Amino acid sequence: MSEAATLPTRKDEAWRYARADALAALDPARLARWQDITLEPGETRRKCLVLDDEHAGIHRVRLTVGEGARAEIFSAVTGGDYTRLEVEVTLARGAHFEFGGVTLGGRDTVREFVTTTVHAEPEATSNQVVRAVHWGQGTGNFLGRIDVARDAQKTNAAQDFKGLLLEKGASVNAVPQLEIFADDVKCAHGATVGQLDEAARYYMASRGLSPEQSRRLLVRAFIGDAFVALDDADERERLMNIAIAKLDRHL
Amino acid sequence: MLRIDNLHATVGDTQILNGLTLEVAAGEIHAIMGPNGAGKSTLAYVLGGRPGYEVTGGTIEFMGQDLLELEPHERAAAGMFLGFQYPVEIPGVSNVQFLREALNAQRGARDEEPLSGGEFLKLAKEKAALLRLDMEMLKRNVNVGFSGGEKKRAEMVQMGILDPRFAVLDETDSGLDIDALHVVGEGINSIMRQKEGGPDKGVLLITHYQRLLETVKPDRVSVLAQGRIVATGGPELAVQLEEEGYEAIMAGAAV
Repeated sequence: MSEAATLPTRKDEAWRYARADALAALDPARLARWQDITLEPGETRRKCLVLDDEHAGIHRVRLTVGEGARAEIFSAVTGGDYTRLEVEVTLARGAHFEFGGVTLGGRDTVREFVTTTVHAEPEATSNQVVRAVHWGQGTGNFLGRIDVARDAQKTNAAQDFKGLLLEKGASVNAVPQLEIFADDVKCAHGATVGQLDEAARYYMASRGLSPEQSRRLLVRAFIGDAFVALDDADERERLMNIAIAKLDRHL
Repeated sequence: MLRIDNLHATVGDTQILNGLTLEVAAGEIHAIMGPNGAGKSTLAYVLGGRPGYEVTGGTIEFMGQDLLELEPHERAAAGMFLGFQYPVEIPGVSNVQFLREALNAQRGARDEEPLSGGEFLKLAKEKAALLRLDMEMLKRNVNVGFSGGEKKRAEMVQMGILDPRFAVLDETDSGLDIDALHVVGEGINSIMRQKEGGPDKGVLLITHYQRLLETVKPDRVSVLAQGRIVATGGPELAVQLEEEGYEAIMAGAAV
């Protein structure tokens, strides 16, 4: 109940880059609502989430992944003034968590992924790839925390974030946070921010592609990384098309 | 086909082209030779409309149009192809995807029907074979992981697929071994030599050395030095340059 009583502020690490006005307007009941999902040992389950204008706001998912099970989440966050997908994962022995996400947005929107991955037992693996494409005054965030418990030896965890700023004024924030209490683990994380490659754009123009066409191809290549691990070609294409359509509508 | 008159251009604050005048007629392969720093690559990029290469004076007429009025992608659709000295790598975009979109964008701009996936692949296979480039390479990302020679051959495959009216080839021979040089030279002949009854074609072939010119026999040769054309002649001029060096020719031309 205490969760509902106090609203988070930007002083809380996990809400640091949230929109302050959106936080103040939060409905405590909504905030307290977590979707709990449990994967039985050996089970594989995948969820593709499109958070567009009709699915804006805060979404909180809590995954408990049983021994040797595999949980996959792929998400495109393209709508709402402040939209946040928060995922808490607890991995049992030999379990795997795969996360691929893209945020896109302009105006003064804030769109973010906040993940907490708990490697509670040995030999679990996790892989997270996030791509953020923003313009206007838009902001994209990835706050990714990884906790490796004391006896979770042979943990292998990876996080990869890349931001692409299409206009001056847009921003992205990456906050990797690793808490490791075991000694035989691999944890890799990387974060970069950049703009469209102008040399590539000129090269493409010299072959006949308009500025819009070259931008679309380059953005498609950029966000494609987030869905490489999605082995359903139709779903991959659907998420890509949603993301690219978002871009086409606003630029 | 291409008429450049009294062209002045700067890169940053530096004046590179200084009153360059040059004409390339339809059916002509025109070699441009010159020492390092003469402005050869600048000329290529100015023709291709690269950002940062600013024209401060003069005119360029291309097939009856004012070239300088056109955006880079419009120049491509108008039939101009620029072969890069250093082709650009584009991770995440395959050659096939890139070239099909590029070709269909050009066709669209000319009110021509787009090529289907099948038609495009057939064309791409044919041109890859012409340049002896493994078709598998075209399925890979644009120039990523290609050797210097493979990049140059891939440029020529692109030219074959896009089938331009006019090609500006900037040191397409650099980084090629003898065999590849011959293949690329034959490719240029096959793609860009004007054919009986075919459309007008022209080439501006920028090179340091005479070697490529043994395969691609130029009709005219011009020497570019200090941002201007200082001498123009027939193919024998290239041979003379190779034997006597730029300095002798430039001294004779009284730069």
